[in-house]
Amino acid sequence: MVNQANNQNLDPEVTEKLKAQATELMAQVNAGDYGKAMSLINDLNEVRDQSLYREVGRLTRSLHEAIRNFQIDPQNPEQQEALSKMSDASDRLEYVVQMTSKAANRTMDLVEDAMPRARLMREQSKLLRDDWQRLRRREMAPAEFRELYGRIDNFFLTSADDAESVYNSLSEILLAQDFQDLTGQVIQKVTTLVKEVEEHLLSLVVMASHVDKITGTVHEIDAPEAVSAEQGVGPQIHAAERTDVVSGQDDVDDLLSSLGF
Amino acid sequence: MKILIVDDFSTMRRIIKNLLRDLGFTNTDEADDGNSALPMLKSGKYDFLVTDWNMPGMSGIDLLKAVRADDNLKTLPVLMVTAEAKRDQIVAAAQAGVNGYVVKPFTAAVLKEKIEKIFERIQ
Repeated sequence: MVNQANNQNLDPEVTEKLKAQATELMAQVNAGDYGKAMSLINDLNEVRDQSLYREVGRLTRSLHEAIRNFQIDPQNPEQQEALSKMSDASDRLEYVVQMTSKAANRTMDLVEDAMPRARLMREQSKLLRDDWQRLRRREMAPAEFRELYGRIDNFFLTSADDAESVYNSLSEILLAQDFQDLTGQVIQKVTTLVKEVEEHLLSLVVMASHVDKITGTVHEIDAPEAVSAEQGVGPQIHAAERTDVVSGQDDVDDLLSSLGF
Repeated sequence: MKILIVDDFSTMRRIIKNLLRDLGFTNTDEADDGNSALPMLKSGKYDFLVTDWNMPGMSGIDLLKAVRADDNLKTLPVLMVTAEAKRDQIVAAAQAGVNGYVVKPFTAAVLKEKIEKIFERIQ
């Protein structure tokens, strides 16, 4: 499709006509019949125009087909389905956002439940250890020992429960990571679609540039506006390979201290 | 010590809130962008602001500039916690008067270190 659009390969019909009329033009000029020569030049012009129109027509059809392949102009159920694939992609990504946010919140719920229990266990066992050592050094009065006895009893009861509950939280946190499997699959599907769209777009661009070449159209394209970093551009991919981007907190600290921070 | 946490993602606000609580800062409020944060700052007597950069509505850098331009808020310590990693941006934040800059993803230790450094300087 693209090769057909190459204006180096004119129709054989056109080249034949060109050859024939050029020879005749030479003959008329040599014979001194300028009136006929002029009308031949007109004919030549017409042949050129016609071949140009034909090329443009062909390219327009190709363009139209490419646009249809691009799935933005649904004309039958099949294309309608392809189009819905595009809007489906945003739904899918929305689903990823929901899943990841749900998993993050679930994990944090569990962590927020487990942390105070772990802290309490740490504090209680530290207190008991200190008292226990005093007891071993025989520094404890009988009344104090009776009180310690009760506390140790209580600690055994609660620490088993707390450890059990922390264990369950950890195991649920493990399960909450199952989103990665689902979101991974969804993102891979969307990536495939984006690649497809990119290919179609590329062939559209190539097609359009051929139309421009044939018709001699020159576009005045303004230089793209520099993207302002003021609004924020989000996380940087491949930060390690770029010099305008810091690759971590150490880089940030170095930069700030070079500014006198 | 009253702290305002500004981030458009509730998960990130929650993470920062938890880390701050571990550091002993329990009095925290949350806002989801500069537009909702600014009126809170103006009326709320906050001692410290932790803000993201990239947010819909008013961005973190604009919030920082608005804080520095306000007579009652201009000395408020501001820590930026953000994924924005361009050198130009960090320089811009420094020029706008940020007190600390933590780039995401970050660790609890980094957040702690930066917060302590900010308070050390103030005292």
